[in-house]
Amino acid sequence: MTSSLFKIAGGTVYDPTNGVDGQVRDLWIADGRIVAAPTDPTVRPERTLDASGMVVMPGGIDMHCHIAGPKVNVARKMRPEEKRVAEKVMRTATTHSGTMGSVPSTFATGYKYAGMGYTTAFDAAIPPLAARHVHEEFDDTPCIDKGFYVLVGNNHYIMRAIQEQEPERLKAFLGWLLSAAKGYAPKIVNPGGVEVWKQHQGGNVHSLDSVVEHFDVTPRQIIRGIALAAEELKLPHRMHIHANNLGLPGNWTTTLETMKALEGHGGHLTHIQFHSYGGGDGDEDTFNSKARELAEYVNSHPNITIDVGQVMFGKTTSMTGDGPLGYYLSNVYKSKWFSSDTEMEAGCGIAPIEYKNKSLIHSLQWAIGLEWYLMVEDPWRVVMSTDHPNGGSFMAYPQIVRLLMDRTWRNDVLKTVNPLVLERSSLGDLDREYTLNEICIITRAGPAKILGLKHKGHLGVGADADITIYTPHDNKEVMFELPRYVIKAGQMIVELGEIRDPVRGKTLHVSPDYDHGVEADIADWFEKYYSIRFRNYPVTEDYMHEHETIACEE
Amino acid sequence: MSETFILIPGRTSKQGCGISEGKFTEGYQSEINLLQVSPRDMQRLALAEGERVRLTSETGAIEVAVTAAKGDELPPGLLFIAYGDLSSRLMGGDTHGSGMPTSKGLDVVLEKIG
Amino acid sequence: MSIATKKNTAPDPSLKIVQDATCTFCGCVCDDIDLSVKDDHIVEAKRACVLGKSWFFNHHTDTRPNCLISGQPATIADGVERAAQILAGAKYPIIYGLSDTTCEAQRVAVGIGDWIGGNVDTTTSVCHGPSGMAFQGVGEVTCSLGEIANRGDLIIFWGSNPAESHPRHFTKYSLMPKGMFLPNGRKDRTCVLVDVRKTKSAKAADIFLQIKPRKDFEALWVLRALAQGLELDAASIEDETGVPLSAWQDLMDRMKRAKFGVILFGMGLTMTRGKHLNSEAVLALVRDMNAYTRFVAKPMRGHGNVTGADNVVSWQTGYPFGVNLSRGYPRFNPGEYTTADTLARGEADAAMIIASDPMANFSQAARTRLAAIPYIALDPKETPTTRAATVAFTTATYGINTPGTVYRMDDVPIPLRPAFDSPHPSDFEVLSQLERRVKQLKAAVRIG
Repeated sequence: MTSSLFKIAGGTVYDPTNGVDGQVRDLWIADGRIVAAPTDPTVRPERTLDASGMVVMPGGIDMHCHIAGPKVNVARKMRPEEKRVAEKVMRTATTHSGTMGSVPSTFATGYKYAGMGYTTAFDAAIPPLAARHVHEEFDDTPCIDKGFYVLVGNNHYIMRAIQEQEPERLKAFLGWLLSAAKGYAPKIVNPGGVEVWKQHQGGNVHSLDSVVEHFDVTPRQIIRGIALAAEELKLPHRMHIHANNLGLPGNWTTTLETMKALEGHGGHLTHIQFHSYGGGDGDEDTFNSKARELAEYVNSHPNITIDVGQVMFGKTTSMTGDGPLGYYLSNVYKSKWFSSDTEMEAGCGIAPIEYKNKSLIHSLQWAIGLEWYLMVEDPWRVVMSTDHPNGGSFMAYPQIVRLLMDRTWRNDVLKTVNPLVLERSSLGDLDREYTLNEICIITRAGPAKILGLKHKGHLGVGADADITIYTPHDNKEVMFELPRYVIKAGQMIVELGEIRDPVRGKTLHVSPDYDHGVEADIADWFEKYYSIRFRNYPVTEDYMHEHETIACEE
Repeated sequence: MSETFILIPGRTSKQGCGISEGKFTEGYQSEINLLQVSPRDMQRLALAEGERVRLTSETGAIEVAVTAAKGDELPPGLLFIAYGDLSSRLMGGDTHGSGMPTSKGLDVVLEKIG
Repeated sequence: MSIATKKNTAPDPSLKIVQDATCTFCGCVCDDIDLSVKDDHIVEAKRACVLGKSWFFNHHTDTRPNCLISGQPATIADGVERAAQILAGAKYPIIYGLSDTTCEAQRVAVGIGDWIGGNVDTTTSVCHGPSGMAFQGVGEVTCSLGEIANRGDLIIFWGSNPAESHPRHFTKYSLMPKGMFLPNGRKDRTCVLVDVRKTKSAKAADIFLQIKPRKDFEALWVLRALAQGLELDAASIEDETGVPLSAWQDLMDRMKRAKFGVILFGMGLTMTRGKHLNSEAVLALVRDMNAYTRFVAKPMRGHGNVTGADNVVSWQTGYPFGVNLSRGYPRFNPGEYTTADTLARGEADAAMIIASDPMANFSQAARTRLAAIPYIALDPKETPTTRAATVAFTTATYGINTPGTVYRMDDVPIPLRPAFDSPHPSDFEVLSQLERRVKQLKAAVRIG
């Protein structure tokens, strides 16, 4: 059965995956997907959208944000003070009301992503024990497709399997866990460090070879063990890594060691900006950028991809699965602090923060993020992110686009930040400007490829008809913050920021093939240490509304 | 006689079970209609087991049967009653901007009836 | 109540077994209950506590009408129509309760609150609402219950009486379990109880500190001072708190020596003078303690899914309770939009009460107001609130008759495994019908 044909006519199309760089093309849509133009010239579309003079791109993909689940929801509860003064999201006849601030409510999250031309987003840090919660929130997050990464870097079963040198058991467990949570990819947050935090006051690991007590494993072993298992499970997105020592001066050596620990296996280092610092001992006088040194390594190692974690000036909320980091930040900012440890699995830290352009540290963080975009030569391996809301809101993406496409404006902003940035980073020397095609890569085509989403991030035949149509403008922030039209799975969902049809969106997850023989061992271990029953742990089909299993294949 | 006490309404197992059994069952009703008094206060005030007293708070007044608290569960000067219709009648409507009326630690005057 | 506890082994073919069912009576949300079901009766609830057994054994199917309008039997459709008219026509409608139903139903209820521009509030506001406000002030250092089971070597209960309100907390989570780092279970832990009366929980404690009523705040600040090493005047501390300074110092020494300390606090703090300031003192003390060792705090939540209600209201509106939607977007203000207040001040002009009994639990002023306005009640049981409702729906019992999700007191989401069908509709079904109708009525108003 073919639904009605929908034609987007005469737009200037950017589709880097298929080598289309600003050419005038027609797009044909049926059943929510891109289809070939009918060969029969008498076939007329039921509907035509005249896109002449407009820029047509695939829908945006945010591959690293925090938008659902226990940590995000706690942050919503924790920060009433910012909502009262934030933009109001009003109820309409078909859409729910909501609240903004750094941590928007679920409905508002869906509407705002879609309003900005983003049609897919992945939450980056979910303890699998709370997976059910995420699926419930996803069901109340309309307009976008979504998925999440499962926290595994401090998982007891995994650390035990590494300790006992049982790679097959690790692999099977990882397959089971991703399936049980209906998650998308394994996520490592401060491998080993969160477990030490649970054991000791102010505890953490400090290098790749620190030993995690009781489990007798090191971060390096955890990274390597999971990288190998992910590869053998053929996960579409191998491994998402939040390295050790986030935010600490001098942490760039840890980051470099983490890249080396992959030993050529595929890995994505996330919010790399927060991991690219020189200097030592929290001394502001020595804090500096090591983006160049790290970017050189990335440029010569195609197994590695990154997203930036751009810092934007203003107030926001820090939220992380890195428990000791939350403690560190709350002491730095003297703010209210939430911390929660999840049994067998993970940690969590939340604290309000403010990035000030007069602060040397914050200004450098801002500059280092931009250095990363400008220093990675291959745009297919660097992805736009603010690590929403950690570096700033996802709502800042249009502003980042302008910073990357407009060198003059970038240098104007650079003049307003702490002047020492010019000495401690090389941002002032970088004159690269992104093209529209490159922006299209780092905001949709690239993340789709890195995530292994073959039907997203491009406009070829068979792709999901997730399409954003912009009115060109010299000021790229203006162009990108308010798309003319946003189309989701062939449906017109947004016109000029107003929601027309609040479609539900689907959940993307994986179901890797694994050795089911491991389940008996998992069950024994589970019943011994978890506070809920094994039978009640896996997320069942009835929690999945619209959803799609992404294949694990080469 | 009349004397000032501090009243602590709270949960009990019987009251909790009574919610499931039904609020109009005798078991539930008898549990929430029983005021625990420390044995020393019972003796001092010459209160008999099951005797009805009047409790008056700033907001309301109830009549309720007394029973001696077990062992040393209650210190003298403190009264206990299971949450329910009666305890709520002694609670004020003002929440002092918190949403929560003061529901424990209420000042009450206890009077013998008749 | 008939409970057949069979010890013989021959399987009864008419017996249905539901393994790892979830008890939703209290915030412990035990998910390890094995139910035996016969003829729509639960005849055995293995591992359930006294409250859980009473919960499982007393929710039979019954012949009460699905719906009553002004006390007269009515169809669900008529009930929904009348309810929708009441809510859509009101100037200041309020929705309240929600802590004893599934998240699926809660989500619809909050949606209704949005469409009608009303107030959404849950029983949190008269339970640990003050702790929620304290959390907004200072944050919270906490963990899932399994962390306590595996690591907690000093367990302090403050103003809570789990022996009567959460009977399996000791055995399942906090005192008895043999944990990963506590191989000897209870022997590896020290338990302290702080309360104004020597409750039944005192038997489980190694140390009982009986403080003066309404002095929790002062006692907690004594500990905060001792944590900092400040010198305090022994005579005034004992006079103020009712406990000698030496006992407080001993407790602080233990807290600092503990590897993983825990304070589990109850409504002894939130319902007493000081309220959110009492909770804030606990949360601040526990935060302070993390400069010396690992320490966590956790409110002992009462109702089976009150934690789910907090979560749902928060993810949909951004605020945990006491939310007003009358201006077309969510606003939050405890004391203003909380139900004890909107009723007692005579502001609400219509209400929908879901799985809660304000006619028994609220102040007289609030009850008087509720009795004077049209309101809708949904409850599996007959209560003073359902009896006086304009429209009363008899609904299926969550967890016994209906599937769905509940959140344990530590925010862990747990699925329900129903035992048998109910002749009554679920809260979710009634609310979904009501939401559709309310949206229609509101859309008509907009057009008209």
